Amino acid sequence: MEKTFAYIGKKVLLFLSEAGKLASLFGQIIRLSFQKPFDGKMVLQQMILIGNKSFGVVTITSISTGMILALQTGTALERKISGAANMLGGVVSLALTRELAPVLIGLVMAGKIGSAIAAEIGTMEVTEQVDALKTMAANPVKYLGVPRFLAAILMLPVLTIYADVLGTFGGLVVSLNTFEGTSAGFLESLTSYLLTGDVYKGLFKTVFFGAIIAVVGCQRGFETEGGAEGVGKATTSSVVISSMLILVTDYILTAFLW
Amino acid sequence: MDSLDLEIPEKQTLVIIGRSGCGKSVLLKHIIGIIKPDSGKVLINGQDISGLGEREMNKIRIKMGMLFQGAALFDSLTVEENVGFALSRFSKKTPAEIKKTVKEKLALVGLENVEDKKPSELSGGMKKRVGLARAIAMDPEIMLYDEPTTGLDPIMSDVINELIANLQSKLKMTSVVVTHDMKSAYRIADRIAVMYEGKILEEGTPEQIQGTKSAVVKQFITGSSVGPIQVLG
Repeated sequence: MEKTFAYIGKKVLLFLSEAGKLASLFGQIIRLSFQKPFDGKMVLQQMILIGNKSFGVVTITSISTGMILALQTGTALERKISGAANMLGGVVSLALTRELAPVLIGLVMAGKIGSAIAAEIGTMEVTEQVDALKTMAANPVKYLGVPRFLAAILMLPVLTIYADVLGTFGGLVVSLNTFEGTSAGFLESLTSYLLTGDVYKGLFKTVFFGAIIAVVGCQRGFETEGGAEGVGKATTSSVVISSMLILVTDYILTAFLW
Repeated sequence: MDSLDLEIPEKQTLVIIGRSGCGKSVLLKHIIGIIKPDSGKVLINGQDISGLGEREMNKIRIKMGMLFQGAALFDSLTVEENVGFALSRFSKKTPAEIKKTVKEKLALVGLENVEDKKPSELSGGMKKRVGLARAIAMDPEIMLYDEPTTGLDPIMSDVINELIANLQSKLKMTSVVVTHDMKSAYRIADRIAVMYEGKILEEGTPEQIQGTKSAVVKQFITGSSVGPIQVLG
């Protein structure tokens, strides 16, 4: 019994310690974001990197999500309602903009960008490049963390808008080809149900998701020890922790926003 | 480290020798303030740096340079960007002046026409030399070298030793070199300190160290497996 309590206690303390480190790094990044010098060039470089690396995967994810959503919803609706194809515009666009696009893109980016951040900074940590920054009076969090954080919170909404549009298009394709709907019907349904607020609230979530991905990736990277094995562990744990936090944050934000 | 007391003479080269894992690199990191001591002080020019915040510590670090064991070049930057890193952040030089200074520093370490290369395109010896050029870019008063010849072939090791000796005579810096390469130590040292079990066991000129009566120091400098220093397992 005592061993069980000790085990639970150890896990709780570990969780609180990790949560504290994340919160502390987040605070540092926010503070340093407002401190000179401002390196716009680095932020832009990171934004281009994120965009370039993500374009293909976001395209495939969003089109297929829109198509699958339309297929599943259309099939279910047609059991009870004839002409359900003309409801698909509203259903697909609402589900995508409010939930699916922000969360799926967030999870995909946690895997693609979060892992890359953890791997890059982790490798720098184990090869003493982070120490070298300190010896040259450069704050590693300012130099490495801030540009990646700003790039992530700026690019995730952009990628999500792109996903919203492509996903909706995917839904339209299925509506027309599988359920013999019409473009006019799809569009009418879309404009009837979808509010501008739905889109903005969905994008608002992605700012938080981008922050989570960047902060977790940086924290895992800076904590890396033990050579290549350590970098591998940091990369994996970055994806897992980011994904869990994105899902929990999504619930909290959804409850708050709608 | 355990109650380590060490005084480093100004404008001279002190070489710290000791077994692998005895804390030599950790000592260097204490000197440059990356690691804070649990107790005791680190004094640079009479100022205790052990309690300083990052901002104050950075003002001191600008006057120091460090060559890391693996050179620690920034992978995503070119050689020019690496060597010019501190110059672009802290000097008032124009980009053209920085470019000129980078060229001069690379020439000092015997490198030409490598400015556009990335670290991955360089050999081990070239990386060390670029790391050295980067460390001296801001004309530091204090230079720290962490195992400068480790991993290099004997010829390149001698090249690095010559570079360190030449830089010392040209720039008159206070230099601290951590190594277990005795040939290197005898070549470049004004004084040698032997680190053992967290303390400085003996300190003196290279001749004094070579003539030591300590069995531990003798075993280390002769590289013998027989003696009071036991290698377990």
